[in-house]
Amino acid sequence: MDFTLSDEQLMFAETAETLFYDLVTPEHWRKLMESGDARDAALWNQIVETGLTLIQLPEEAGGLGLGALDFALIAEKAGYVALSEPLVDSAGVAAPMLAALAPDDPVLADPAASIAIQQEEGGLVLDADSAAAIILRKGDQAFVASPDQVTLTRRESIDPMRRLFAVEWDDSKVQPLGQADWDLALDRGAIFAAAQGLGLAQRAVDMAVEYAKERQQFGKPIGSYQAVKHHLSTAQTAIEFARPVVLAAAATLESGDIQSRARISHAKIVALEAADVAARTSIQVHGAMGYSWEVDVHLFLKRALALTSAWGTPYFHRQRVAARLFTQPVGPSTTFARENENG
Amino acid sequence: MQLSYTPEQIAFRAEVRGWLEAHVPTASLEHYDATRAGFEAHRQWEATLKSGDWGMVTWPKEYGGRGLDLIQWLIFEEEYYRAKAPGRVNQNGIFLLGPTLMEFGTHEQKSRFLPKMASGEEIWAQAWSEPQAGSDLAGVRATAVRDGDEYVLNGHKIWSSRAAFADWAFGLFREPGTERHKGMSLIFFKLDQKGVTRNPIKKINGHVGFAEIFLENVRVPAFNRLGDEGQGWHICMATAGFERGLMLRSPARYQVAAAELAKLWQARKDQCDPALEADVVRAFMDAEAYALSIYKTASSLMAGAKIGPEASTNKLFWSELDIHLHRTALAILGAEAELISAPGAHDWIDDFIFSLAGPIYAGSNEIQRNIIAERMLGLPR
Ligand SMILES: Cc1cc2nc3c(=O)[nH]c(=O)nc-3n(C[C@H](O)[C@H](O)[C@H](O)COP(=O)(O)OP(=O)(O)OC[C@H]3O[C@@H](n4cnc5c(N)ncnc54)[C@H](O)[C@@H]3O)c2cc1C
Repeated sequence: MDFTLSDEQLMFAETAETLFYDLVTPEHWRKLMESGDARDAALWNQIVETGLTLIQLPEEAGGLGLGALDFALIAEKAGYVALSEPLVDSAGVAAPMLAALAPDDPVLADPAASIAIQQEEGGLVLDADSAAAIILRKGDQAFVASPDQVTLTRRESIDPMRRLFAVEWDDSKVQPLGQADWDLALDRGAIFAAAQGLGLAQRAVDMAVEYAKERQQFGKPIGSYQAVKHHLSTAQTAIEFARPVVLAAAATLESGDIQSRARISHAKIVALEAADVAARTSIQVHGAMGYSWEVDVHLFLKRALALTSAWGTPYFHRQRVAARLFTQPVGPSTTFARENENG
Repeated sequence: MQLSYTPEQIAFRAEVRGWLEAHVPTASLEHYDATRAGFEAHRQWEATLKSGDWGMVTWPKEYGGRGLDLIQWLIFEEEYYRAKAPGRVNQNGIFLLGPTLMEFGTHEQKSRFLPKMASGEEIWAQAWSEPQAGSDLAGVRATAVRDGDEYVLNGHKIWSSRAAFADWAFGLFREPGTERHKGMSLIFFKLDQKGVTRNPIKKINGHVGFAEIFLENVRVPAFNRLGDEGQGWHICMATAGFERGLMLRSPARYQVAAAELAKLWQARKDQCDPALEADVVRAFMDAEAYALSIYKTASSLMAGAKIGPEASTNKLFWSELDIHLHRTALAILGAEAELISAPGAHDWIDDFIFSLAGPIYAGSNEIQRNIIAERMLGLPR
């Protein structure tokens, strides 16, 4: 039993952090919002060169074959900068699925190629237009298409940096991949959304703290007022008790049993709740500034809102936790229990 | 990260489980706060624990422990709560003073006090609060005047848990003329010694949960001072760190309650508002989150980290989860919620009442939120 991160994991996360801090600046967000793109070519190339797209990809497909925990730490950093480049869903969910179904697909050989994925049948697809390939879903069958083989209709999101598309497609014109493990895709999508939620939450708190130290009213920094302090402590506490759940859920994702799924769902619920409370608190602490387009806090609110119901709604996830709670042994000796062992 | 137990840890769990199954009294003991007899029955249980060497497993062997690590301690606690073993009457000794003594005590002090603490021969109360010094603990007025090899103690302490029946207290005193955080010392005194008067105070549930203590020229040897003279505040803050960071509330306590709540829900859900299921699931998730967080803290302490101000988030989290969990139980019980529980049945109403103390003791939640804001987030005072 050891709940610490390895030096290698910390090193990867730090590499991502440095890259993101340097390049994903408020100027970068503004540039994307003005151009309407979700992707900056120079930044994307840097992300690819750093190897961040290879972490979850199996070694056979040219990846690093690392675990969900390693990638979750990157996703957390991505959340901290509200990254809109398609790293998380493409490299964390879509690429591993394609590698499992069609290991020789040429798209996998190009680390710069991003892959979009439809979370559920008929659902909207994120970043479909800029993807080299789109994984589509019908029942539990998967198909792969290039954007020009399907009809994409943009659906505007409140999050100015999320590009969502309705996809119309014809079975006969796209390549079937056979039956896919959509549960695994959902688990990955959910845990990486949760990890992003932690990052979003921490950034929202950090922005508010910085502002509260500077902004003066009644002759004092507003951060010296207890009402402001207590709001922020509440948000920080939500983060502190979501993070261990996210880490544990990512570390045991591969088990794929009812306990592992419940923990992923738990992580998804509480990390996005933390992001929601942190973002709303941050807006309140910023006053009218927080309500303005110019100040970046709203980006975190909007991303949190979008991710809350991406890869399963809170209701869906709560039911998965309930299934574990009501059908498996519970109690203090079962924190790390697995379905196939008797506790 | 390795989230499964080693074969040694599994074997250890089995050993603890086996011993507890053989020794935990089948009939539950009368509450230690209810009567002297209940208190003494719990002292007896501490002696039984000690006979199996389970008094305080993390302490070194020479001081009455087993020299085990924090993960083993968590396993022990999990089994302890799982077995529904009696509450630890000496909790303020073993969980608060014990770790503090370990850090600040001399070898002679540790040898004198720890083994008898581990065995329940000496049961401890914490005597810090005063009528005028609650949240603002630096306002303590009780005094300690050095007289040769002794201290002479005077003052008025209050809200001292279990002091009505306990043997010893660790108190916070100041040198006359000093102010605020300076000039305080942590000093031990016997609760039955000359000059000490204790008046029991009933808790909200009618039990004698705490006492107020009057000290009039109480003489204790200077040996009873922990750490240097004037270092009392610093030592108290370290104690508070152990208290909030790790020891005071085992996650297992809430995991057992959450499991009971799930049972209660399943038995009664047909008569309840279906929306309550979300609250039941929430209680389970919160208990799990607290457990995971404590495993994370224990792992990083074992890797050499120290407890920091984030300990204050624990206090907020477990106290709020405890209230939520018990309010949910009462909602499920409906009209039966107000009824005093039958002996042996899960005492939801009493546990609910006790949960309301959580945001007050061990530093109120308002104070914890101040600490988080100022020391974790760096907001100005
Ligand atoms: C069940 C129980 C067991 C206890 N056991 C012990 C024990 O064994 N030994 C011991 O020494 N003490 C014990 N205490 C006392 C406990 O430590 C104090 O109650 C606590 O520190 C609060 O002090 P107070 O009661 O004087 O409340 P006050 O300090 O008067 O506070 C009253 C209210 O005002 C709020 N408040 C105070 N200051 C501030 C501030 N700066 N900012 C915002 N809000 C503020 C508080 O949060 C609280 O809500 C126990 C208390 C309880 C309830």
